[in-house]
Amino acid sequence: MTAATPSPCLPNASLPDCLPVLFGRSVMTVESLPSPRASSGSPLLSLRGISKSFGAVAALTDVDLDVSAGQVVALVGDNGAGKSTLVKVLSGVHQPDAGTVGFDTGAVSVTSPAVAQRLGIATVFQDLALCENLNVVENLFLGRELRGLRLDEVAMEVRSRALLGELSAKIPSVRVPVAALSGGQRQTVAIARTLLGDPKVIILDEPTAALGVAQTAEVLNLIERLRERGLGVIMVSHNMADVRAVADTVAVLRLGRNNGLFDAAEATASDLVAAITGATDNVVSRRAGRDRTMGDGADPAVGDRAVGDPAPGNGPAAAHKGEAS
Amino acid sequence: MTQPATVTSPELSPGPPQKPTTWSDRARDRRRAVAARLRGGDLGLLPVLAGLVVIWVVMQILNPIFMSSANLTNLALESVPVGIIALGVVCVLLVGQIDLSVGSISGLSAAVLAVLFVDRGLPAWLAVTASLVLASLIGWFYAQVHNRIGVPSFVITLGGLLGFLGVQLWILGPKGSINLPYDSGLVAFAQLQFLPPWLAYTLVVVGAAVLYGTGAARAAERRRAGLAAASRRLLVGRSLALLAGLGAAVWYLNRDRGVGWMFVFFLALVLVLHYVLSRTSFGKSMYAVGGNMEAARRAGVNVKAVLTMAFVLCTTLACVGGILSASRLAAANQSSGGGDVNLNAIAAAVIGGTSLFGGRGSAFAALLGVLVIQSISSGLTLLNLDSAYRFMVTGGVLLLAVSLDAVARRSRVSHGRA
Repeated sequence: MTAATPSPCLPNASLPDCLPVLFGRSVMTVESLPSPRASSGSPLLSLRGISKSFGAVAALTDVDLDVSAGQVVALVGDNGAGKSTLVKVLSGVHQPDAGTVGFDTGAVSVTSPAVAQRLGIATVFQDLALCENLNVVENLFLGRELRGLRLDEVAMEVRSRALLGELSAKIPSVRVPVAALSGGQRQTVAIARTLLGDPKVIILDEPTAALGVAQTAEVLNLIERLRERGLGVIMVSHNMADVRAVADTVAVLRLGRNNGLFDAAEATASDLVAAITGATDNVVSRRAGRDRTMGDGADPAVGDRAVGDPAPGNGPAAAHKGEAS
Repeated sequence: MTQPATVTSPELSPGPPQKPTTWSDRARDRRRAVAARLRGGDLGLLPVLAGLVVIWVVMQILNPIFMSSANLTNLALESVPVGIIALGVVCVLLVGQIDLSVGSISGLSAAVLAVLFVDRGLPAWLAVTASLVLASLIGWFYAQVHNRIGVPSFVITLGGLLGFLGVQLWILGPKGSINLPYDSGLVAFAQLQFLPPWLAYTLVVVGAAVLYGTGAARAAERRRAGLAAASRRLLVGRSLALLAGLGAAVWYLNRDRGVGWMFVFFLALVLVLHYVLSRTSFGKSMYAVGGNMEAARRAGVNVKAVLTMAFVLCTTLACVGGILSASRLAAANQSSGGGDVNLNAIAAAVIGGTSLFGGRGSAFAALLGVLVIQSISSGLTLLNLDSAYRFMVTGGVLLLAVSLDAVARRSRVSHGRA
């Protein structure tokens, strides 16, 4: 399930919708950004009772999820937990069998990827879908070039640089082909491209899965900057360390159902692992315990990133605090 | 491995970009950037230009007539039909497809033109239009088969290669050959009409002025927006180089018959296609479809429409090439578009630097590639070597060009430049 099969298509919102945004929005400076952490208030995106089955297989059963503006929600779960299905429901690739999607003010039905983009729900899939032979500007504006019959290269380059500057992206030049960029830089370009459509919610599917340590940090910084811009971010991840580093709340899916909603600052890794695997006695905790009892001074955090904080004495019984209700 | 891409330049930091202070600094930076790009396998038009120089030197040594005004005038005219077909091939190669039937389509177009114009007595413009419409319909048909049924373009156009050769033979009937009247405008255009010297020189000056004007306007616009821009010195140098190069070429050709209208027509087509590819959103989407079709689709590019346009452009340009070829020969016959026309056109596109793997290439590839092909052909003909040797040498050059493409591509991948 988490192999992140690319959706067959994600056509971007219709051009007439994008153009006013592109032309109209002045180049934001860092000072003009919305105030950070404006996560209070009613949720921007709220799912209620979402169910989806493929034939006899129930991929999602009665799933709830809330995202507010300026909030990073990590969506975690084991393989087959339904994360990818949920992402595809949100991005319009699949239609839910039951349940409602509330967005901004009212209930909406996300019937296609184009509708999702028009609403302001942007998705960055795991395969970033960039054209390696084109440079950064061309990739950012692909499919929504300014002035199609005589490209406005200058305006596009200025906007690209302003956008990447806002994201504090470390990209050598916007005129290098994407093939010359590292994985983290490509992720940045892919995310920046969705920002050109001026979305309200961004869904990132495994944004750090294929990245090295430094590049992961770069992308995590970028996610924090998205939050500062007042966007709702849903981040699908397998990596507990990344989730705890950047998320505000962690929503756990297990076997297609909600299995706990955690405050990322308070939840321990073993809480999350217990919720993901559905058992306090699981292979991860046993392995962590084994590392501890062998106790030859080795730092347990080194052994496995997923159990980075096995604070002794803090039993996993405290899981499920703050369960969604 | 110090290439500029890995250096975090201050380009994206707020405030005006730091510019190297002196001209020599900038020149050094530019030289380094060019050297790094070449090492990285981003060869551009350099190999084909080098190849052209080598071929001309060798041919001139083997036979002093080769570089004569008369032969070069002929060479320029001879290049046009295949060159225009190669322009179309560049279009399909850019989107990662191929058209193996361009030769047959050019032959069929010539036959249709001859039958309508000579046998049926229609006016020339009507016959040409009918021929163009037929060819564009063939391209549309290819695209439909590709888009709806999913047959690889290699197979579709291989079928077209044979099928439309059959249609050509059927249209020409038992006669097998139709002569175009010498006094028709088509034949005159392809054989007899040359630019008067004053007009040729005027066009050269206008071309250099336009190159400078557009470059300077663009640089000024970029400077106003705070972006790095080409220096005035570079722009002036580029224009003067063009002025000198084209001026010398025109002067040399004018010692014989001069510059043919047909060649000017070819140059105009090259420039138009260059503009479309580099300065319109349609051109960008062609590169995008050739580079990563799935990414283009997700970015909202109508991939099927782009593929359709590429096929239609290719078959239409093949038709134009076929018509000019027949006009130059003053006849359409069973061997029109046959023989080596097909492979010469594809070879010209590839030798010019268009990648067979899609997403790389330019309109100038067709121009330079066809000059290479025709130079080899003309030089070997002057040496009294028959087509047996010509085929062997052209085949070898094609293999060399494709190998260079593959090696450069590997190098690009390993240097992180797709």
